[in-house]
Parts: sequence; C-alpha cells; structure tokens
Amino acid sequence: MLRDLTIGQYYPVESVIHRLDPRTKFLGTIIFIVALFLFKTFWGFLLAGGFIVSIIALAKLPPKYVLKGMRPIIFLLLFMMIFNLLLTPGEVIGEWWIFSVTKEGIYSALFMGLRLIMLVLGSSIMTYTTTPNNLTSGMESVFGFLKVFKVPVHELAMMVSIALRFIPILMEETNKIMKAQQARGADFETGGPIKRAKALIPILVPLFVSAFRRAGELAEAMEARCYHGGDGRTKMKPLKYHKRDLVAYLVLVGIVVGEIFIP
Amino acid sequence: MSLILDKINYYYGKGTAFETAALKNISLTIPDGEFIGLIGHTGSGKSTLIQHMNGLIKADSGSIYFNGQDIYDKDFKMTELRRKVGLVFQYPEHQLFEATVIKDVLYGPTNMGLDKLKAEVLAYGSLRAVGISEDLLDASPFELSGGQKRRVAIAGILAMNPEILILDEPTAGLDPMGRFEILNLLKAIHEAKGITVILVSHSMEDVAEFAERLIVIDDGEIKYDDEPRKVFAHAEDLRKMGLEVPQCTELMGRLADRGLDVDRNCLTIDEAVESILNGNRRK
Repeated sequence: MLRDLTIGQYYPVESVIHRLDPRTKFLGTIIFIVALFLFKTFWGFLLAGGFIVSIIALAKLPPKYVLKGMRPIIFLLLFMMIFNLLLTPGEVIGEWWIFSVTKEGIYSALFMGLRLIMLVLGSSIMTYTTTPNNLTSGMESVFGFLKVFKVPVHELAMMVSIALRFIPILMEETNKIMKAQQARGADFETGGPIKRAKALIPILVPLFVSAFRRAGELAEAMEARCYHGGDGRTKMKPLKYHKRDLVAYLVLVGIVVGEIFIP
Repeated sequence: MSLILDKINYYYGKGTAFETAALKNISLTIPDGEFIGLIGHTGSGKSTLIQHMNGLIKADSGSIYFNGQDIYDKDFKMTELRRKVGLVFQYPEHQLFEATVIKDVLYGPTNMGLDKLKAEVLAYGSLRAVGISEDLLDASPFELSGGQKRRVAIAGILAMNPEILILDEPTAGLDPMGRFEILNLLKAIHEAKGITVILVSHSMEDVAEFAERLIVIDDGEIKYDDEPRKVFAHAEDLRKMGLEVPQCTELMGRLADRGLDVDRNCLTIDEAVESILNGNRRK
C-alpha cells in the first residue's frame, strides 16, 4: 500500500536528463510551470504535453512508474475539477438541482485538470532524475542570492534533502511496524472512523519514536564528521554547466515563446 | 496439530522489471513441540518465509495448512492464525507504544477479544515467564533497558498464548549476557509450555545449542533440513553460503585434521571438553 508512493523518489537510470545540471532542472521546472499558465487553447496544451512526454521518454522513466506517482493527487484533482465544472458562470448547457454546468465550466475544469497534472509531472520528473544530493546543491545555488538577506539557504536545502532521503526509510519502517502490530492481532481495516483512527496509535507512536531516534543518530553522525552548516563549506563535486544544459535552456525558451504565440 | 508449507513460491516486485524470486518451491512440515533453528545469510529469504507462516505475506503459488486447514481458504480466519502462530519481529522493542509495560502486553490478548480478566492473567503470566519483575509493570516501556524492552515485546506475543512461536533474530544487538538470557528464556518457555519454537538467526552459535532441528535456507531454497550435527558436518558447503559452523565445531574440526583423537562434530564447549579429555585418556 504505502510502498506504491513513488512521487519525489529518485529513479536510478542513465539518461541525458539525469546528467543535466540540477540547476538546469530546477530552473527548467519553474520555467515550465510558468509556461503552463500561458496557453489558452488546445494547441498550447499539445505543445506542453508533447514536451513532457518526450522528457519522460528521454529520461527513460517507465510510464507506469510515473503514473503511479500521480495517485496521491487524484483526490485534489477531482475536487478542483468538479468545483470548476459546477461553479463557473457562463453559457448554461445543463442544469441539475442548484448546480448548472456551463460551457466555460467544462473548458476551465479540463484545462485546470490538465495544468495540474502537467505541473505535478514536471516537478516529479525533476525529483525522479536528480539524486537528493544534487538536488540540494542545485537548490542551494539557485537560491544562493537569498543569503544576502540572511536566509540560511544551505541549511534549508540540507533539510529538504534529508527529508526526501528519509521518505523511503520511514515508509519501510511504517510497513514493518504495521506488520508487527498485525502479528499482535491489530486490525486496521474494519470498524468506524473513530475505531480506525484509534487503531493508528500503535503505528504512529513507534513511528515517531523511531523518527526521533533516527534524527538523533543522524545529527550525532553529522557532528562526528564536524558538520557545522554552510559557512566555508566546499564541494567535492562543484556544479558545472555543460553544453547539454545550454541546449536544455534553449528548448525551454522555445517552449515559453511557443506558448505565448500559439493562438 | 502442525504447520505444513507445500511448494511455496514468492516473488518480489511481481509484474515489474525488478521481479526476483524470494522463495523457490519451499516445502516444510513443522510438527508440534519442536525447537527449530532457521538459518540463512542476510537476504536468503528467511524473514520472508516466516511471514508466510502467519499469513502476513501471501504466497504467489503453493499452499499452507495449519492444523489441516488451508489458510488461503476464504473461510479461514487469518486473525486466528496470527494468534496461534506468534511472530516476534526483529528488534521487537521498536513496536512498543503503550504508556505502561502491562498495557502494552495487554494489546495482543485484547485484540483477540478476551475479557479483561483473562487477558490480564495471560499478560501477567507471560511477563513473569520472560522475567520482568512486578515493580516494572507500571513503568513506561521506553524507560527500560534494551534487553528488558525486548523481553517485554516477546511477552506481548507470548500473552496471545501461541502454539508456535517464531522469533526473527531475537538476539540481534544484545550483549553476550542479554543474548544468553534470551536464549535460555526461549528454552525454558519451550520446555514449560511445550510450544513449537522457530528461532531465526544467521548465527550458528545461537541455534547450535538449543535447536533439535536445523533448516538452512540459501537464495530462497532449503538446502538442509536435519539435525544440527548432520548439518554442521557440511562445513565447507555452509561456508560457501556465507554461514559459519559454531566456533567449537570449527576448532574440533581443525584439531581432528591435525590428527588428534577428538570428535569433530561437537556443538558446545561442554561436549568439546569431554571429547578432548576422552581422547587424552585413550592414549
């Protein structure tokens, strides 16, 4: 059940997208998201959709795996689409009770849904193809200018990367604890909402205990290696732009320009 | 009364590119009252195998019969199986969650639907069996020492009154004293209650002394299923699987290789001493 959560996890294969500089991927994702909100017609969607599909193919990500990662947003997606569908004023097509479906509503629900899907796809491609380490260095470098305003950029980036790194570990831990409690006769599936919420306590308490224990151990291990934050810290593998990054930026600019000028 | 596994197969990542066989055609019969050692290298499939025994993992093919009933039958009560086949996971102390020791041990029996009095009788009994003194009953389980925590966790399973008790690496991470205590505790429970004990381990030392029967699993297959003495006679093969024979057996083997008149199949220090003294006397 929980093992199916793939969003945000690095998928280790060799591809040109994997080799791109993390800064390119980070900024590229932002540029792509901006581009998503520029188009208003079907052709614009086709361009963005074609782009994202070819990136997935280039990154050698299995489509099934990528789609599985979309599962957590299905609820949000349906919620948004239904509200857009029912509450947009305009040319009425059909009516039911107090709701009315309008032409504009269908249009807006459809595009909202597609945008959200592509937004999540775009940003998850970044995490699928970038190791947490690289992601951290990328973010640190992109947001580096904030240091002027005394924002602890390095520390924040480190926190994000540790959080990402710990998702699969905690997931596995949850699985283990669930099984251990099931072996003691725990039942998570039957009963009303209150009973089910109560059934979670035997999972959540050990999970929190273990999360804190792991956090403590990690902090100690970092201290033992003289970690003291970002000041004066150098990198073993400094980030370097290559030709392929230039190509990537050019393609992205092409996409943005395309989205602006396509009717 | 027995647990029978018939041609069990199980795959990891079924249906994906990562599909690998975790268990291959495992057939086993576990009669009542045995003390079984299950050994295998890390990743050999031993943890996967024991989770089949109480229905936490469903085999991709093959059947399991508990006391003559097919556990994959629609009418079979899985909760009943989980109660009768008690499974103590690795580092069981990580599953403790209640505010007090006694409440935590009561979790299992309460889930079984027992009334308060019966559940408490079982809980007190099992805490006594694992050697937790009464003044600790109302302490928080998180305040106990590592060895105590583990014993409380084992009591939590014992309190369900299982017919088969399976323990996954119960001595992992304990000091020699704690290890000795846990193993002796298992032996005592086995003898007092007559329940079947399956001790999973990668350490030969752990199982050599207590197990009557040894099952060696490697790469998802059963390689040996015999008396410990006969299994340890295959020292070379075991080494290839990344397993060691007990240090005593190793030492006696080397002494015998050098031409000393000793029994090379000794499992414990006591036996080794006996054999060396006897060898001397014969001279």
